Amino acid sequence: MFDAGHARRPLVEVRGLKMHFPILAGVLRRRVGEVKAVDGVSFDILEGETLGLVGESGCGKSTCGRAILRLYDITEGAIRINGRDIARASHAELRKLRPTMQMVFQDPQASLNPRMTVAKIIAEPLDEHTTLSRREKMQRVHELMDAVGLSRDFANRFPHEFSGGQRQRIGIARALALNPQFIVCDEPIAALDVSIQAQVVNLLEDLQEQFGLTYLFISHDLSMVRHIADRVAVMYLGKVVELAPREPLYSAPLHPYTQALLSAVPEPDPSVRSTTERIILEGDVPSPANPPEGCNFSTRCPRVMDICRRQEPEFREVAAGHFVACHLCSPQPETTAGATAATQVSKSVQQGE
Amino acid sequence: MPDGAAPVLDVKGLKTVFRTRSGEVHAVNSVSFDLRPGELLGVVGESGSGKSVTMMSLIGLLPSPPAEVRRGQVLFDGIDLLSADDDTLRSIRGARIGFVFQDPMTSLNPVFTVGFQLMEPLRRHMGMSKARARARAAELLELVGIPDAASRLKDYPHQFSGGMRQRVMIAMALACDPEVLIADEPTTALDVTIQAQILELVKELRRKLGMAIIWITHDLGVIAGIADRVMVMYGGQVVEHAPVRELFENPQHPYTRALLETIPTVRGKRAPRLRVIEGQPPVLGAEPASCPFRPRCGHALDICARANPPRVPVGPAHDAACFWNPETGGPRDV
Repeated sequence: MFDAGHARRPLVEVRGLKMHFPILAGVLRRRVGEVKAVDGVSFDILEGETLGLVGESGCGKSTCGRAILRLYDITEGAIRINGRDIARASHAELRKLRPTMQMVFQDPQASLNPRMTVAKIIAEPLDEHTTLSRREKMQRVHELMDAVGLSRDFANRFPHEFSGGQRQRIGIARALALNPQFIVCDEPIAALDVSIQAQVVNLLEDLQEQFGLTYLFISHDLSMVRHIADRVAVMYLGKVVELAPREPLYSAPLHPYTQALLSAVPEPDPSVRSTTERIILEGDVPSPANPPEGCNFSTRCPRVMDICRRQEPEFREVAAGHFVACHLCSPQPETTAGATAATQVSKSVQQGE
Repeated sequence: MPDGAAPVLDVKGLKTVFRTRSGEVHAVNSVSFDLRPGELLGVVGESGSGKSVTMMSLIGLLPSPPAEVRRGQVLFDGIDLLSADDDTLRSIRGARIGFVFQDPMTSLNPVFTVGFQLMEPLRRHMGMSKARARARAAELLELVGIPDAASRLKDYPHQFSGGMRQRVMIAMALACDPEVLIADEPTTALDVTIQAQILELVKELRRKLGMAIIWITHDLGVIAGIADRVMVMYGGQVVEHAPVRELFENPQHPYTRALLETIPTVRGKRAPRLRVIEGQPPVLGAEPASCPFRPRCGHALDICARANPPRVPVGPAHDAACFWNPETGGPRDV
């Protein structure tokens, strides 16, 4: 549906995904509101591709990744992975589906049990989901350690004996243990040093090629996402505001938030600092418990119009595979839009297209 | 920036060691640098490269034990900070040398109002009355761009967002008009759009107040945008030091070169594959007798295993601690 011209089929289909967390208060723990962490998100992830999911802290990108794997009971929406319904699957059904979908976590320190050896950690999914003999398991563990570039000699060591980059390799080996098709990488390099980040990203790329993996790569690091992702979705306050193939998204972003986000990334080249114009956003991200009316970005948008404060923009395809939720990109002014908004819209279409 | 001006801070041969149960860790080894009035010196390095420990050693902020500043001299306005007594240090710290740390949540006290914390150094170091300190605190919050500053003095740190808290930290560091501001990864914990706000703020404050700044970061992009000079640290030593343009255009040390090639960008050409610096940064159990980068270096020569390269001039105001010459691919004539 999203990439009609593409031969590859979507492996993951997410439609109208909502994940609201209740806010409880008082002795009776009454529900007084909800945090709309993910508020109506739709996208596909094609087989064998990497979809980058970017946004600032608190935008709901991690929650989105976890919800897709049903680590939460979602509020609303549909999730299909490989044609199978995940959104409404029972826990017993989910358990059977788990081997195909795995996760790599941000903090390799916190996601590895400090009392288990590396071999035990990597073999744990095998214990849970397979009936392999001990020897077969050990063989598989060794294969996996080879695949992620860890020496087999380290099999009986404990996580604390490793550096951050090596620990992340252990986490990746564990995620690979059951031959998954789909892996959610939640900020896998955020806790690592610059020189180690490249090692892990290259490893993820090699493994993708070798095993035909599909990734959802969640990160706040826009430059690294540009490197690894085929397509990129930008989230702001629980919603995807723009989704496009990598090159158009980085070279010609349409949503004012994407534009601001990209312009805020410091360029590692002192000679360009005077030539590039930065868009500095005013203020902070509103609370997801109380999002603004109309467009979520309307409170900080440098090009805000009247209509933005009243009506939520539709998430629609404006060019092949390029989706954006912004009134500036609507081809026809909405019936409710005033004359001033209409002229601005037509102007921006000329600039944007 | 005046090139010939006397440095406000002059550090010579600083060495800091941590004593741990499993032996000594030589975190900072013979670090020398100076800071001139009004300039911004960027310090780049990975975690464990000694950049934070160096700055903490300068003003005696490291807990001792386990830390021990073993050698060196830190001249600030004619006073050697390393041999100064506690009273002298206390009168300089926070007053003439200000600090901003990475995590604003842990460096602000959660049980006191922001106003109280801002007024404390003003009353202590500048001897202001309560009313004057309060007026000055409000001024400072306004200076760092916090709207409705006077009424926010009553708020507690948790009532501010991350970016706002970092602004409060900067306001606090600026409270007593310091001559030197040391900022340790002040934007690392922040989102890019908030980081951009803070960077703009710092540039503006520099123009207005003209203090000298040491900015510690691992982000070369941030450095490129704000620094006048850059010092690259690795394994507890300064491996390269140059004016910012010179460093980015003409990097000499293999570590700096690799670092610049490793980082992907959001603009310009996209490399199909990231360049990698293989291996891990070292943990120095002893004073390095050879080049600490040698195990990860693609250009290591025989001599690198035998001696720790000293910093040698390689260009105008540019020095590097390396035996390898990128122009010839052979050893450098020293």
